[in-house]
Amino acid sequence: MLTPVTDTDGAPFWEYAARGELRVQACGDCGEPRFPPRPCCPHCQSFAAEWRPVSGRGRVWSYVVPHPPLLPDYAAQAPYNVVVVELEEHPRIRLVGNLVSHAGAPLDSVDPGRIRIGARVRVAFGDDGLPRWVPA
Amino acid sequence: MTAMAGTGIKDATAIVGIGQTAFAKHLPQDEKTLACRAVLAALDDAGIAPGEVDGLASYTMEETDEVELAKAVGFGDLTFFSKAGYGGGGSCATVAHLAAAIACGQATVGVAWRSRKRGSGPRPWTDTAVQLPTPAQWTRPFGLLRPADEIAMLTRRYLHEYGATRDHLFNVALACRNRANQNPAAVMYERPLTREMYMTSRWISEPLCLFDNCLETDGALACVVVGRERARDCRHRPVYVHSAAQGLPAQHHGMVNYWNDDPLTGPAWTAARHLWKHADLTPDDVDVAQIYDAFTALIPLSLEGYGFCGRGEGGAFTEQGALEIGGRLPLNTSGGGLSEAYVHGFNLITEGVKQLRGTSTAQVPGAATCLVTAGEGVPTSALLLRN
Repeated sequence: MLTPVTDTDGAPFWEYAARGELRVQACGDCGEPRFPPRPCCPHCQSFAAEWRPVSGRGRVWSYVVPHPPLLPDYAAQAPYNVVVVELEEHPRIRLVGNLVSHAGAPLDSVDPGRIRIGARVRVAFGDDGLPRWVPA
Repeated sequence: MTAMAGTGIKDATAIVGIGQTAFAKHLPQDEKTLACRAVLAALDDAGIAPGEVDGLASYTMEETDEVELAKAVGFGDLTFFSKAGYGGGGSCATVAHLAAAIACGQATVGVAWRSRKRGSGPRPWTDTAVQLPTPAQWTRPFGLLRPADEIAMLTRRYLHEYGATRDHLFNVALACRNRANQNPAAVMYERPLTREMYMTSRWISEPLCLFDNCLETDGALACVVVGRERARDCRHRPVYVHSAAQGLPAQHHGMVNYWNDDPLTGPAWTAARHLWKHADLTPDDVDVAQIYDAFTALIPLSLEGYGFCGRGEGGAFTEQGALEIGGRLPLNTSGGGLSEAYVHGFNLITEGVKQLRGTSTAQVPGAATCLVTAGEGVPTSALLLRN
């Protein structure tokens, strides 16, 4: 499985995720949240930033069900789902992830036919430190 | 003729030569050789010697660089060379850069080209060593691996928000295939498509099936751009670059455009505003369109973006044969990336030229204006051509 190849801006997200915390970058001056992380605020141009905890609740904004050809580790679980989840507090912050039956469950643990746009989900961290989602 | 001095690039330059190699899943020659053949064919078509070329433009993903091409085919001293980024988003930008350079005197004879062995070569997404940190870290670990997956995500949302259906996507695939069936150079020349084939084909990334995805092709194409005065002396009827635009919207994120207020309003809208602002024409004046079709879903989005219909109406626009010859807007008349060849959209440019010369294999009678677009969903570009 691919692991995140992080950069300076994104590293804090993954460090918090490894501790089971979901946080998003926000401007340290005007407070506007932004994703993906970047060096400065596109609204006020401030370089001050903070990592704001979020509830981990959201809704499915869209989803796909990939089929082969895929990288081998992913082909082995296909068809699986990939979802985009909009966060409850910040609907314009949307995270790519997977809808799984429970924390640590495989990518194909939810029947794709049961996924709906708008469905409520909450974040769940498995052993790999990646934020995934379970039905709320 | 309404062009005047001081109006930017409007009708200041023309495409006077086009060239291409064969298209196939596998060609034996390497990319550099294919590039040379396409470029020399385009110059021969124009009746211009290689030594007269002083301007070049291609894609950042092009592997045959200016030095290799220039010394192989015998270009003269080059005074302008540029590359446009973002994969297929750069197709029309190559011609736009040449038009701008020639219009302001930085070059006199420009060549744009694309050579790619995407049919027999590697799929870029299988490269795990060069996983870009941004934005791949936010998407690839979760199995959103391929361009098809990234666009399928936007497609699902589009179908959900606006009530478009897979039948609308089929209309796009069918129109392209029907035109390919008229084009002996097309990879899918002898391969008709039916609705049953489409609806029962295998999934690639739901909601996109096999026939929603472009071909994987080996091939190369090129075109020659000169100033309007020179164009009159070339072998073929000039095809004028009436208007040209690039488009990178504020807060755009490329094919994973999930992180702004309206992810379904992409670069086409930005490019279109500039394109029409600098044109004497409106969408109603367009006789035929070559719209970038790496995936069928890019067509309804582009139809909306370029102003052929309103927000959310792109699916319905495809109904009742609108995209077929004789329809409201004949589309991708060589077969496009879906059914002629996928060479990052350069065949859409050359097909636009053929339509305005009156030499297409699926000729729109009397075609005088053609819109050509690069990829929607990535920083893009577009051309409005006229004869």
